[in-house]
Amino acid sequence: MTKSELIDLLAQRQKHLTYKDVEFAVKTMIEHMAKTLASGERIEIRGFGSFSLHYRPPRLGRNPKTGESVPLAGKYVPHFKPGKELRERVNNSTAELTQDDEQEQESIVTSESAVSN
Amino acid sequence: MALTKADMAERLFQELGINKREAKEFVEMFFEEVRAALERGGQVKLSGFGNFNIRDKKQRPGRNPKTGEEIPITARRVVTFHPGQKLKARVEAYAGSSDKEQL
Repeated sequence: MTKSELIDLLAQRQKHLTYKDVEFAVKTMIEHMAKTLASGERIEIRGFGSFSLHYRPPRLGRNPKTGESVPLAGKYVPHFKPGKELRERVNNSTAELTQDDEQEQESIVTSESAVSN
Repeated sequence: MALTKADMAERLFQELGINKREAKEFVEMFFEEVRAALERGGQVKLSGFGNFNIRDKKQRPGRNPKTGEEIPITARRVVTFHPGQKLKARVEAYAGSSDKEQL
């Protein structure tokens, strides 16, 4: 599901809002979340999960073309921890894997047989 | 203070002019649609933010950290999040209180 598909879905459910309003609301929410993380703050959505920043210490990288070492500064990266409801619903889902899923066939078979045991 | 659903609803109320009840309901529905899509086993791609993927994990050996007893971690389906380029760049630029404060 892409952002525009999410907008379509929400527009169908929220008949009292125009498509434009739903589009604006979704973009506003995403921008609010991105801006929050960009200012170093956490996001906590009960039943969905939390977003926080993890620190990556400075390290020596390498220029893949020249093989030359380059010092890389420490930085923050966004991290997501799924909440209880999301974790349980996803794990309990018996939905077939979609075809565009990148998992190897082997791991699918293994996990499915383990579930049915 | 972390960003919550109430904060997002307040923002929608201010910027969209919908009433507070509708704003709250909208925020709730947004996250419910994302959860439902992931529950169906699909990927969710929010451009400007990041992608949520589903991964099937095989059973692997684990250990009870208290007792040291070996117990298998059962096969499971989990959600992973990969921030997009744009979000990564914005967060990386965050200077913060450089090294001290744990976020």
